[in-house]
Amino acid sequence: MERKVGIIGAASSKFGVRNDVNFSELAFESFKPAIEEAGIDTKDIEYFVVSNTGAWSSEQLPAIIVGESLNLVGKGSLRVEAACASGSAGIKTGYDMIKSGSADVVLVLGIEKMNESQTPTVVELIGRAGNYFWEFEHFGLTFPGYYALYATAYLNKYNSKEEDLCHVSVKNHYYGARNPKAHFQREVTIEECMNSKYVAWPLKLLDSSPITDGSASVILASEDFIKRNGIKEPIWIKSIGYSTDTSNLSKRSDFLSLRSSVEAAEIAYKKSGISKDELLRKIDVAEVHDCFTIAEILAYEDLGFFKRGEGIKALKEGQTYTGGKIPVNLSGGLKAKGHPIGATGVSMIVELSKQLKRNVEKGRQADIKNGLALAHNVGGTGHYAYVTILSFS
Amino acid sequence: MSSQIEVLEKKKKQYPIIIDQKRNVALWESTRELKLKYLVSVEKIKKFFEGLLENKLLATKCEKCNEIYFPPQSFCSNCRSTELKWIELSKEGELLTFTKIFVKPSSFSHYEDYTIGIVRLREGVNVLAWISEKNLSKLKIGMKTRIETRIREPEGYPIYEIIPEELVS
Ligand SMILES: [Zn+2]
Repeated sequence: MERKVGIIGAASSKFGVRNDVNFSELAFESFKPAIEEAGIDTKDIEYFVVSNTGAWSSEQLPAIIVGESLNLVGKGSLRVEAACASGSAGIKTGYDMIKSGSADVVLVLGIEKMNESQTPTVVELIGRAGNYFWEFEHFGLTFPGYYALYATAYLNKYNSKEEDLCHVSVKNHYYGARNPKAHFQREVTIEECMNSKYVAWPLKLLDSSPITDGSASVILASEDFIKRNGIKEPIWIKSIGYSTDTSNLSKRSDFLSLRSSVEAAEIAYKKSGISKDELLRKIDVAEVHDCFTIAEILAYEDLGFFKRGEGIKALKEGQTYTGGKIPVNLSGGLKAKGHPIGATGVSMIVELSKQLKRNVEKGRQADIKNGLALAHNVGGTGHYAYVTILSFS
Repeated sequence: MSSQIEVLEKKKKQYPIIIDQKRNVALWESTRELKLKYLVSVEKIKKFFEGLLENKLLATKCEKCNEIYFPPQSFCSNCRSTELKWIELSKEGELLTFTKIFVKPSSFSHYEDYTIGIVRLREGVNVLAWISEKNLSKLKIGMKTRIETRIREPEGYPIYEIIPEELVS
């Protein structure tokens, strides 16, 4: 018999430069509300997965720190790394454990404390998240640099302008301003975006997600456990799609699409029985991986929301705002909510769980009709991709 | 008495708690600094670097399935053969995409802002490298390029670079 996997608790810390808390305190901040929402006891948790990329933060065994801090010592654990998709990889790990019957309750906690290092060090470390020897050692690529290579190709192909990309920033800051957990809670204008400094041409500071600290916790449970304990209103994980791409960017065939996103989406749609032509009717709300503005446009097209070359047009028409065909990143996205690498994928699930339960702040609640939501989480520059579909009825 | 105060003052200077002025919170500035420098094996592909000294751009080609590898590798990912031969690439290609890095990694901060491109060579192999032209308005996707060995200063080692055949005027 197919074992269903439900989300029974989901919460996020405040995202931002969190110099006011240490690693343990940051983990605790999302765990406490998540387990209290689930209404279970710590002893019910059999295994905890910690999504964390690290290197910039001092603790080398983050899962063990989390275990001691949250009174989970003695339970099974591991740290999961899939770059910026570590959070989704963590969810996949917990999901598989429950689906296969090896556990009934798993905590997935994504956490990143990037500001324990100075900004130039963080820029250096993220720049190495590709192919270290052939692309970093000799040519000093940076994370924005990798996405800039996609942006240049995309803008050229579809005859678009830098200003068009700024519309992503404007939308996501608009919603970030309405999310009290977001790193940036202020709106920005096209002019501010256009006047911000170049990071890697054609991408500017306001095309980029910030260096953020944050944690997010999701408690997964089997249908059995949920029924046995009379837990009401779980969110179900319908499917998780996944793929990877080459480490060397030079080995990609084009720079107009992330192949891994396309493949991850296809798997997720197939497993959940959604056909591509009914996507916009079925999915009520989505969180997509907008580490840079160009990434959100690529996501619209790679996920099949809009046709190739029509992502910018759809955005400008308001199709990805609330009330549009498919509201995207109502949390503020990575751009405004912030991008604490390991926490990002988990926080997407937290956000969508709240959206599906119609439980987010005023001004950023999607209209929930079918009870279906989609999370798209990319690691590196399409090096990893995960697409997760949630349902709630 | 005064010497005791001096000792205390001195201690205070070395005390690792600093205040993040913007947020008014206390941070412990770790006293243990880590320096990382990797030793990466190039034993099986050292011919590539010898080729650069002669201004040649070398790749490896699988003798069994004909797959070409750039960057060069000593084994075939495709058919798992370890019989690969060295071939010289044409160096002629066209620009697929490019960028200019303004916010550089700290280990690249001693260079001027640099342009990076990906070119597709005649053989269908892509190469990512710095572009000799730093002025973005002179670059265009689709422009003809060639690859040349240049000496990377101040380190003084040979590395391949993308040279536009003619610039946008
Ligand atoms: Zn072969």
